[in-house]
Amino acid sequence: MAQVNLRKVFKEYDDVPAVRGIDLDIADKEFVVLVGPSGCGKTTTLRMIAGLEDITDGEILIGGDVVNDVPPKDRDIAMVFQNYALYPHMTVHENMSFGLRLKKLPKDEIQRRVNAVAGILGIGELLERKPRQLSGGQRQRVAMGRAIVRNPKVFLFDEPLSNLDAKLRVHMRTEIKKVHQKVRTTTVYVTHDQVEAMTLADRVVVMNGGLIEQVGTPHELYHSPATLFVAGFIGSPAMNVMRCRLEETADALRLRMNGDIALPIPAERVARYRPYLGRQNLLFGLRPEHLTDMRGPLQPGQSSLETTLDVTEPLGMETLVFFSLDGAEICARTNPAANLQAGRRAQLLADLRYMHLIDADSGRVL
Amino acid sequence: MKAASLKRERRWALVWSYIFLVIFAVIFLTPPLYMLVTSLKTSAEISAVTLPWWVFHPTLENYYALLTSEAYLTFFRNSLVVSLAVVAITMVISIFAAFSLSRMHFWGSATLATGVFLTYLIPETLLFIPLFKIFAFVQDWTGIEMMNHWWVLILVFPTLTVPFCTWIMIGYFASIPKELDEAALIDGASYFQVLTRVFLPVALPGVIAATIFAFTVSWADFLYPMAFTTSVDQMVLPAGIVTTLIKGDVFNWGQIMTAALLGALPPLLIYAFLMDYYIAGLTAGATKG
Amino acid sequence: MANGIATQAAARLPVTRRRAGRRFARHKSLVAFLMALPLIALIAALVVYPALYSLFLAMLNKGMEHFVGLANFSFLFRRDLFWMVVKQSVIFAVSAVIFKALIGFVVAHFVHNIPAKGQRKWRGMLLVPWVIPPAMSTLAWFWLFDPSYSAFNWVLTRLGFGAIPWLGDPLWARFSVILVNVWYGAPFFLIMYLAALKSVPEQLYEAAAIDGANWWQKIWYVTLPMMRNIIAITVLFSLIVTFANFDIVRILTAGGPIDQTHVFATWAFQLGIEGGDLPLGACVSLFMFPILGVAAYFILRDINRRGNEA
Repeated sequence: MAQVNLRKVFKEYDDVPAVRGIDLDIADKEFVVLVGPSGCGKTTTLRMIAGLEDITDGEILIGGDVVNDVPPKDRDIAMVFQNYALYPHMTVHENMSFGLRLKKLPKDEIQRRVNAVAGILGIGELLERKPRQLSGGQRQRVAMGRAIVRNPKVFLFDEPLSNLDAKLRVHMRTEIKKVHQKVRTTTVYVTHDQVEAMTLADRVVVMNGGLIEQVGTPHELYHSPATLFVAGFIGSPAMNVMRCRLEETADALRLRMNGDIALPIPAERVARYRPYLGRQNLLFGLRPEHLTDMRGPLQPGQSSLETTLDVTEPLGMETLVFFSLDGAEICARTNPAANLQAGRRAQLLADLRYMHLIDADSGRVL
Repeated sequence: MKAASLKRERRWALVWSYIFLVIFAVIFLTPPLYMLVTSLKTSAEISAVTLPWWVFHPTLENYYALLTSEAYLTFFRNSLVVSLAVVAITMVISIFAAFSLSRMHFWGSATLATGVFLTYLIPETLLFIPLFKIFAFVQDWTGIEMMNHWWVLILVFPTLTVPFCTWIMIGYFASIPKELDEAALIDGASYFQVLTRVFLPVALPGVIAATIFAFTVSWADFLYPMAFTTSVDQMVLPAGIVTTLIKGDVFNWGQIMTAALLGALPPLLIYAFLMDYYIAGLTAGATKG
Repeated sequence: MANGIATQAAARLPVTRRRAGRRFARHKSLVAFLMALPLIALIAALVVYPALYSLFLAMLNKGMEHFVGLANFSFLFRRDLFWMVVKQSVIFAVSAVIFKALIGFVVAHFVHNIPAKGQRKWRGMLLVPWVIPPAMSTLAWFWLFDPSYSAFNWVLTRLGFGAIPWLGDPLWARFSVILVNVWYGAPFFLIMYLAALKSVPEQLYEAAAIDGANWWQKIWYVTLPMMRNIIAITVLFSLIVTFANFDIVRILTAGGPIDQTHVFATWAFQLGIEGGDLPLGACVSLFMFPILGVAAYFILRDINRRGNEA
């Protein structure tokens, strides 16, 4: 059983905290992605799991055993680095078999494993080449091969796709996912790219400033973000966030944005939001895909909004339109057929059934 | 019009460059070539002063005399033993120190690295006299034969070679990406295995360059042998040639030049075959430092 | 499975529970120190200790029986020969280094100018003086300068000039010693500067050309500033090595004629080893140190300042 557990893990560099107390439980065979902006502590966490960094406080367990004082070579883990870290003086075959040769495995066993893994990754023909003769994508596959061949308890990936060009990145993402389906090993994957996180992970861990903001499936993170940071980080184009107040009308609640825009809150949410009536510093969040052109009669929970458009970006499949509201630039995803023009007034449909109400002070989604 | 004048300018620059290069090559290569020419002359031809720059009746008698001379062969053997021993000692000390200083950090490692650089401010010409006294003292105190023995050179020559070799190796080791060590550690290597199976192969050009440097410096040193060895059977080549072949007023120039040429041969051969490593070692000290 | 939200964990680390990997880190430090130990021991025992000991040694009498304080120092100060040696050493070192640097710089340009394929050959030929052990090549020069058989004089007399007393006349002897040192050391500068020249981006020269610079201005405004660090380092090293030079002077002139070519090293050798007065020899050697230290200080400071600018 190769589960990974982090308990109250702290990491300080000379009194500067990099990881400020995280708890995480990763199940056996699970693919978990640590995602967040630069400096959030995700790479530090990965390196602590690997044993490349000391743990200032807390415990890390692999397969049920505490590994705080265990050196990397005894943790039975494998790592794929951002810069591949292939041994330049060894052939691909020797690179992949290095760990096995250190463990003094019998030659035919080594041969069998290397050939099997080379087959999975499609690098069988490259076995006698040296790293400098390989392309970026090939090198990345060799790095993965080196990790897989050791049959470890846990795979660790440190931003492996950052050095590849966009097209190759998309291709390798699929490769990694296929490999995980074939070789079901617990995986911890670090990236700053939320698209990679969403496409690869069983569960995503969003980190910020050394702490975990939220852990959940991609679906949960997208549709039910717990904090303002997660709401803004996941999804592209990013969620629209605007300042607002709650108003009471007859038997319902309304969202008041500055000026004359007031949107009725869907009935099912009224009870949930009523306690925050007097609250200052509320934020209204709505994803661009829930702000569209008028495409039929209003459903309950939907409202219309009229505004002047600043910019339109025709993408073919959809047209992004941008307008200002209370100083913020709001994005809506519209049907190209609606033919909305910049500089003109337009009627937009806001589907508040998908809205989020956020407390600006604490950052929590209410 | 402009393109033509640029091309003409370039051609002129090229011609002048070659002219000057030939001049300097002549200047730089004249002494060794003259050594060769003289070495092939008989004493008679030398004293006849017909034409110093050319040999009319070449002979190998000087070579024969030296290569059968007990003393000269002793010099050669001593030089070889001392140099090879010093190379071995130097490389072991330097590689371990460089690995430690460039990769593993301990209290004072940064100051030590600068300190290594600073030892070059203390030349051998400052140290030979106190060392002489120290060796005499050690001999009196412990009875170990230190005065006038060639193996003392094996003790002191590393002070000339280790600092620079360490510096070269630090430069090469530092340029190896840190992820390579980490990958090896995760693959299951101990620190020693990281050094021998990853660092040394990858830094091989640096190892070769440092080895060449250590050998050449040991082979060529003149002051320490002059100070610490006085009898012929203990001397190495540079000191031996200078002290024995120049006896009184009678100089056997043919033999002296032959001796010098043969003595210069090992470094020259190494240079001829491993020139790129030789030069890499030199420039590594400055550019990678 | 914890699908939690970030708890506001304590910002400061609880001091009491710092275990976790500390032992491992300390062990690594120890191993690192042990690996560097032979180097430290070597330098401490055979460089630092003798250097300090020489201070003590210089304050003993000739028989090394009792302490005489600064008597050796004042003895030297009062001797004209001492000041002559100081003057000779400085002139020797400074002029030799200037010429070596100049020649190295100029020839490096020539090598740099020719097509890349040929450069290796020329570079190979031009480094030869530095490869030959200086003791051996100095013997060749000694032979070339021989009063009776000098090959140079043979050419000069054939051309109508008189024979030159290369090693016999004091001024010519000083010239010869500097000449041999420059011959020996210029290739080193050549190699270093050639490598440095190659690292100057071609685009800077193109920009300068567009701005209207001629070849001299390009060197002054582009090449030299870019090479400042390497020039400083090579000059520093060469000053130290040249100042402390022993081999060339010893073999060519042994300090003569009439002590006019003595430098610190050869004079110390003569007094200390040949003359048997070790303390006096040590005293002479010590005078090299302050001059070297001052030079090193200025050049290192210059390097650091430039390094911070860049």
